[in-house]
Amino acid sequence: MGELLYARDYYGKALVELGREREDIVVLDADLSGSTRTAKFGKEFPNRFFNVGVAEQNLMGVAGGLASCGFTVFASSFAIFATGRAWEQIRNTICTNELNVKIVATHAGITVGEDGASHQANEDIAIMRAIPNMRVIVPCDAYETYEVIRVIADIPGPVYVRMGRSKVPVVEERKGGFSLGKGEVLREGKDCYIVACGLMVHQSLEASKALEGMGISAGVVNMPSIKPLDRDLVVDLAKQTGLIVTCEEHSVIGGLGSAVVEILSQEQPVKVVMIGVNDVFGQSGSPDELLKAYGLDVASIVEKVASAVRSI
Amino acid sequence: MFPLTKDVKRLEEICREVRALIIKMLAKAGSGHPGGSLSAVEIVTTLYFSVMRHDPQNPEWEDRDRFHLSKGHACPVLYAVLAKAGYFDESHLWSLRRFGALLQGHADKRTPGVELSTGSLGQGLSVALGMALAARVSKRGYRVYCLMGDGEIQEGNVWEAAMAAAHYDVGNLCAILDYNKFQIDGSVDEIMSIEPLEEKWEAFGWHTIVVDGHDISDLISAFEQAKEIKRKPTIIIAQTVKGKGVSFMEHVVDFHGRAPAPEEERLALKEILGDG
Repeated sequence: MGELLYARDYYGKALVELGREREDIVVLDADLSGSTRTAKFGKEFPNRFFNVGVAEQNLMGVAGGLASCGFTVFASSFAIFATGRAWEQIRNTICTNELNVKIVATHAGITVGEDGASHQANEDIAIMRAIPNMRVIVPCDAYETYEVIRVIADIPGPVYVRMGRSKVPVVEERKGGFSLGKGEVLREGKDCYIVACGLMVHQSLEASKALEGMGISAGVVNMPSIKPLDRDLVVDLAKQTGLIVTCEEHSVIGGLGSAVVEILSQEQPVKVVMIGVNDVFGQSGSPDELLKAYGLDVASIVEKVASAVRSI
Repeated sequence: MFPLTKDVKRLEEICREVRALIIKMLAKAGSGHPGGSLSAVEIVTTLYFSVMRHDPQNPEWEDRDRFHLSKGHACPVLYAVLAKAGYFDESHLWSLRRFGALLQGHADKRTPGVELSTGSLGQGLSVALGMALAARVSKRGYRVYCLMGDGEIQEGNVWEAAMAAAHYDVGNLCAILDYNKFQIDGSVDEIMSIEPLEEKWEAFGWHTIVVDGHDISDLISAFEQAKEIKRKPTIIIAQTVKGKGVSFMEHVVDFHGRAPAPEEERLALKEILGDG
């Protein structure tokens, strides 16, 4: 297994580097700068850092105002608050005006763990994806997070980046080099492809290895760019195997799985099995306990993929 | 740069023309918000013709003073003033709210001179604060003006922004409250009282100025006073009359969001422009 690293540490590192290189980088947070790691930028560039307190609506408005005057603004909080509390500010101020605001959220998904349901955003991809002009990216590990932050700093307009709280294993199968709208096949497969994002890329790779031992060839795709999605790749994989499994630490409603189905149902109708949180709230527990309880552990993925392959 | 004037008679004349344009464009559109546009005529006209540094030939001029219309439904007053100032041809006023038009039903950044699209209440003060902070970070001297409605400040987002603006000591931010006492469902007092206003804003750390929002001399003095307050944001609480200038629209909540019918248009224009 790859080294365990916090994705948010690499977000903080990328921000500081960008701050040193570019005068136009401004960073905002809403009283979670220690957790989101924007505090490092704030310490080095106090004149370009604003902690607006526990006020996410204001966070997004101020970010929009700064961006309208030419700054590249990174605005951070936990995923549930950044996207949920301030959804309409994001829609009506940031996205309608195509403002250069990068909403980079941490603590998404059930692996937030012990803090429980109120803090576990399983709907953020869905509600961000639904807004015109918004791009949605879910990096799979710390290194990809770093690449994503570097890349989006050069892409004008709104972007939402989602990462978790916990340390995640480095995905060693990646060649590296994030590019918007592109996915990467990490393991080839003959029977099906698992299309995954975030932590579930690692989980899917582990599942794929176990499935191989059972005589099932399940390929794995890292799909960090959920909007825009790598349409050509998804269609091609569906053509190759006739079975797609989507895997995400997010509700099965509106996330990566939905994005994949929206394309395949129209362009290459095949069976799609959607693995995610099944329209329920989470609860307290360790990340591993919760992954198991909500069917996102390796054993559950293996079981669902095997059953899908055998039923075809 | 746009030539500014302190000639009150001249400004009053422009206000009359702006009122007439508002009535005409809304009558032609058949829908829209006359009440809260007419109440803000002196405020917006004074800003663009007497206070703000701006350039209709170069709307994106980096050092321009910014005007952010947080009460985006009052866009007819902004459109009329921008047209009078030369940002676009007056003929665009007659396609207000039409499909594909330059002038959308709520303020939209596609219109030259409109800073950003608005329409959802309560967000503008945060955006204006962001602009004010941008001036600080980039060491530019521009000022930011933000027009809010009275019903609008019932939104919690406004108070998040109010708290933050005082916290950051933004002297280059000036909010104007168009206090016309009515919102869609009725009088502000009946629906959700916002008083005591001065005390609230002062408690949030703002410098407050109360003016007659239809008295141009008062408004000019208030904007000048606001410029002298360097370490605090200022709010000008402008006492206004909803539907101001058209007797049958004044204080009438129905005209918050209803355009004048043809006969009403005729009567309104007669009253605004006189028989001549």
